[in-house]
Amino acid sequence: MKTAVIVFPASNCDRDAAVALENLTGRAPEMVWHRDTSLPKRLDLVVIPGGFSYGDYLRSGAMAARSPIVQDIIAAAGKGLTVAGFCNGFQILTEAGLLPGALMRNQSLKYVCKPQKLRITNSDSRFTKAYNGTADVTFPIAHHDGNYFADDETLTRLEKSGRVIVKYDGNPNGSARDIAGICNEAGNVMGMMPHPERAVDPLHGGTDGIALFKSILESI
Amino acid sequence: MKAIIHVGLKPGVLDPQGRAIARSLNDLGFDGVKDARQGKVIELDLTHTDEAAAKKDVTDMCEKLLANTVIESYRIDISTDE
Repeated sequence: MKTAVIVFPASNCDRDAAVALENLTGRAPEMVWHRDTSLPKRLDLVVIPGGFSYGDYLRSGAMAARSPIVQDIIAAAGKGLTVAGFCNGFQILTEAGLLPGALMRNQSLKYVCKPQKLRITNSDSRFTKAYNGTADVTFPIAHHDGNYFADDETLTRLEKSGRVIVKYDGNPNGSARDIAGICNEAGNVMGMMPHPERAVDPLHGGTDGIALFKSILESI
Repeated sequence: MKAIIHVGLKPGVLDPQGRAIARSLNDLGFDGVKDARQGKVIELDLTHTDEAAAKKDVTDMCEKLLANTVIESYRIDISTDE
């Protein structure tokens, strides 16, 4: 499996994502700089990592979503490439219009950083299949702008079509309907605020994230 | 020519920062504050000479970058005086 991790100025989970991908696929991902205009050829997966791209200027993810490489990701996603965004990556995917809704300031106004209990709400997606119906997992969360917002009609549409793939068990940020992660209509683009790439080694405190990467591997 | 753009959360979108500001003002004894909404102001220095063309461009900028229209609305003021 050939993978890539996008690197923006002030990405800080790009290395975590790279280590997770290398350990789980047996092959180091290509690290792709945000000024590049095209993705490497014959990719199976692109990860948009967490961090504070462009210093969160204007809005979290706003600048990154307009960067040259993201325009190529939008084109490739339209052709079916698997794209996963974690934390800032989720914010970037919503800002780029690849996923609906927006991530607003946490309702508490506080930065939250802790292991978070989650519930896999759709174990048929290409990102969650390998959980084999296991519903309860724990991934770390670390964000200030993770309060998912969309209008009621969109939220209902997402829930009814199984596009909400993971919810918080104990809402940490005010997200509408406890939503932690969603995918697009075609099912190939996914964004979530929690960090599965930081839950792949016993030293991380848990390995619940492994099945997410396995799911992607098995779907390709 | 200058453009001043006010970007704020749409009515109905909960603004926790605005709420904290209102509560703080109440704590300071300003009982007349019912609610607060926090937004941002972006000031652009433009080379445009035509006001209508400037307005059209700035609207495009708001739609493409300056506002996230899922949650935010914007208002544009163009001023011609230096």
